[in-house]
Amino acid sequence: MTLACAPDTAIAAPGAKRDVLRERGQREVFCGLTGIVWLHRKIQDAFFLIVGSRTCAHLMQSAAGVMIFAEPRFATAIIEERDLAGMADANDELDRVAAQVLARRPDIKMLFLVGSCPSEVIKMDLSRAAERLNAAHDGVRVLAYSGSGIETTFTEGEDTCLEALVPELPAEDPDAPASLLVVGALADVVEDQFARLFDMLGVGPVRFLPARNASGLPPVGPNTRYLLAQPFLGRTGAALEGRGAKRIAAPFPLGARGTEAWLRAAADAWGVDRERFETVVAAPRARAAKALARHREALSGCSVFFFPDSQLEIPLARFLHEELDARLIEVGTPYLHRGHLDCELPRLPADVLLSEGQHVDSQLDRCRAARPDLTMCGLGLANPLEAEGLSTKWAIELVFTPIQGFEQAGDLAELFTRPLRRRDVLRVS
Amino acid sequence: MKLTVWTYEGPPHVGAMRVVTGMKDVHFVLHAPQGDTYADLLFTMIERRGHRPPVTYTTFQARDLGSDTAELFKDAAKDAYERFKPAAMLVGASCTAELIQDDPGGLATTLGLPCPVLPLELPSYMRRENWGASETFYRLVRGLAGPYAPAPGEARAERRPGPPRCNLLGASALGFRHRDDVKEITRLLARMGIEVAVSAPMGSGPQDIARLGEADFNVVLYPEIAEEAARWLEKAFGQPRTTIVPIGVSATRDFIEEAARLAGVDPAPALEDGDLRLPWWSRSVDSNYLTGKRVFVFGDGTHAAAAARIAVEEMGFELVGLGAYNREFARPVREAAARYGVEALISDDYLEVEAAIEAAAPELVLGTQMERHIAKRLGIGCAVISAPVHVEDFPARYAPQMGFEGANVIFDTWVHPLVMGLEEHLLGMFREDFEFGHDAGPSHLGAHGAPRAAPAAAASEIMHELMPAAPARPAGDQPETADAVWREDALAELKKIPFFVRGKARRNAEVYAAECGAEVITLETLYDAKAHFGR
Repeated sequence: MTLACAPDTAIAAPGAKRDVLRERGQREVFCGLTGIVWLHRKIQDAFFLIVGSRTCAHLMQSAAGVMIFAEPRFATAIIEERDLAGMADANDELDRVAAQVLARRPDIKMLFLVGSCPSEVIKMDLSRAAERLNAAHDGVRVLAYSGSGIETTFTEGEDTCLEALVPELPAEDPDAPASLLVVGALADVVEDQFARLFDMLGVGPVRFLPARNASGLPPVGPNTRYLLAQPFLGRTGAALEGRGAKRIAAPFPLGARGTEAWLRAAADAWGVDRERFETVVAAPRARAAKALARHREALSGCSVFFFPDSQLEIPLARFLHEELDARLIEVGTPYLHRGHLDCELPRLPADVLLSEGQHVDSQLDRCRAARPDLTMCGLGLANPLEAEGLSTKWAIELVFTPIQGFEQAGDLAELFTRPLRRRDVLRVS
Repeated sequence: MKLTVWTYEGPPHVGAMRVVTGMKDVHFVLHAPQGDTYADLLFTMIERRGHRPPVTYTTFQARDLGSDTAELFKDAAKDAYERFKPAAMLVGASCTAELIQDDPGGLATTLGLPCPVLPLELPSYMRRENWGASETFYRLVRGLAGPYAPAPGEARAERRPGPPRCNLLGASALGFRHRDDVKEITRLLARMGIEVAVSAPMGSGPQDIARLGEADFNVVLYPEIAEEAARWLEKAFGQPRTTIVPIGVSATRDFIEEAARLAGVDPAPALEDGDLRLPWWSRSVDSNYLTGKRVFVFGDGTHAAAAARIAVEEMGFELVGLGAYNREFARPVREAAARYGVEALISDDYLEVEAAIEAAAPELVLGTQMERHIAKRLGIGCAVISAPVHVEDFPARYAPQMGFEGANVIFDTWVHPLVMGLEEHLLGMFREDFEFGHDAGPSHLGAHGAPRAAPAAAASEIMHELMPAAPARPAGDQPETADAVWREDALAELKKIPFFVRGKARRNAEVYAAECGAEVITLETLYDAKAHFGR
């Protein structure tokens, strides 16, 4: 069962089902392995072992940048010719490499075996490998999930990881009072802010998934209400429903209005009265509004184009439209989960083109024809578009920077206005 | 399976991308799963190219697996031709597509595209990036220049009248300083009256590749990428090739002699260069302190071997380690190592490189971006001499490694971190001063030193570092002289030694103490050890 969208004056009457342009062709996106770059920072005693090729290791190196030199808690078990030729049993090899990892890092409590395109095409059964390793290594929980490009796009790697965690969550006492589970990795600073706000509202107990430690997994049961903090958690949501948890429908906590509506959805589910809600959110909302005002000046009327990347595109576009008066041209998303976006889609203007999937050359043609003031895209497209005279904002930064909540609303807007300000200050061509 | 955190080289299809991205009028269709497009950003971000690489990916997904992927490949190849109208096309598979065994070459042939289509075999589970670049360039040369080769056994055609001409082979996209090296060597050859016919792969198109056979000889700038193709050109067109890579003053002079001989011209106009400053800079008294500085060199085979010669013969350093990550070019590295009395380290495992650097205790590391980070961790000065490199090593300014200007660049680049080291030494002399105290740490190198705000913690950390037997040190990390005990005055003296040789001094004293059976290391022991091991 899903609760209806929280009432909000800003929500337009849900109109007819929107048309979405679905495209197939070359997709200029990351695979789900990239999720490891932020997930391993979040779950502090987990290690992510990719079973893949040199390409996978090279991708992680390119995506993680300088972080790769800080003894990160991820690595790749590179499949070699002898593994493919059957000269070595790939399962034995994997067991050996996993043991090597655990011997080197005795502090690790949870080991994720992460599937890649090569490991999935040769049909290595990582779930069974995880079971085997669980039996062999005491004190370490071993889980498997897929981060392959054939199965997952960028942030979906977090979805498959959290989905693998859901069966591990302890069962909540059936008599326990209702609890709130906030789902989706958030920067610690954001998580702390939300925990304080929920506490002041009297909503709780509140737990977060993923937790900061493998040992601190939150319980789940029929009395759990979950609230998505990220829009790319389709499978995790389904897995939680499977354990009896119920979703609280809400837009995502981006911008002042997004954050307020998100908090209010939880507050309503807990029966928090309007007065108390106002008391709690008035001050941070006012701060956010003040921080946003100066950015609205820069973005008002600017046309914006989104290439698909993270599934954050629709909530971000809503924020740009509602709170900064930007003009949306096209909003591309790698995957559109209508259920989880039920409170976002009605807030978008009727004339914006929504596209799902990608044919990158056709999309570039549309982008060039529209000549938007600002284009959100990946790093492979950003400089080439800048060279064509289009201002861009590279999308991956929106995943690594704390952007959710009231206190970050100004920072989020700043991410969009900075390229425009830079375009205006440079006096050299 | 091999456990890897990072890799010196990407997979071979990235090598193929480096070749085509430097070129004009070619297009590469790569059969690859969704996600492999990450490689685009190496070119658009690290090299800061203003164009997308000329690569179309099929980006298949799980739902496409089965016979569908072959259709997907054909559609992608057809669309790519229609959209980009290249003069030649390459087709290949990345690691995952290699497993699903659609044959890109065969599939592309059935399309009957109106341009040459060259299939690439890129064995991803055996080979790497440099091999991929070399193979791609070789296939291009065979495929496009091959049809113009005289039949085997036929004499080389009479050379055309006019100045001698050569090809410059090997420069590619994402190559360390390739852009400026080409410029520098072109200028150098021009001073002898030698013209560059084609520089490839970077800067050339299929038509240029087709006329490679017209030049008198080939200059192999980067053997990692061009040697294979140059060998074939030698066989097919009777074009001799250069064997010396002009990095360093002496190597540049040797190269000039070699090129002049191949061209039949006088080397004199190129040998002397008023702008060459390395030899004088190196002789000036200010460089005296460079004498015998211990240096560890690691990189690709070509750059590492060249750097070793410069380090020893042109800078007066002592070579304490030399190695390369690309096994295919281990030979020149082994030869150079033998010449300078060290053992070559051929490895692509950064942990092995780190261990070798730690053991050699150098004062300067010359390497790739990985060594830069290793050196940073160890608190040693470092300069970058080879790919893989990060964005700052694709500079806006003119910064060749080759030729005489390259030698000037190298002198400045290598000495810079050492001057910093000297500064640290001077600061060390004032270490009783609170501003330069031991706890401040080596500022420029940002190494272990803890911030001054936590002097107590920093002091205990240093004690652990200096007292190997202290319990906080992880097991397995203890030197065999773990029972050595330092007297306080000896410890105080040890702290006065500059940070970049302190570790070595500590180890020497402990080894010396163990050899003499001394249980306590006193001030006396420290200086006895210094005399014993002193160079």
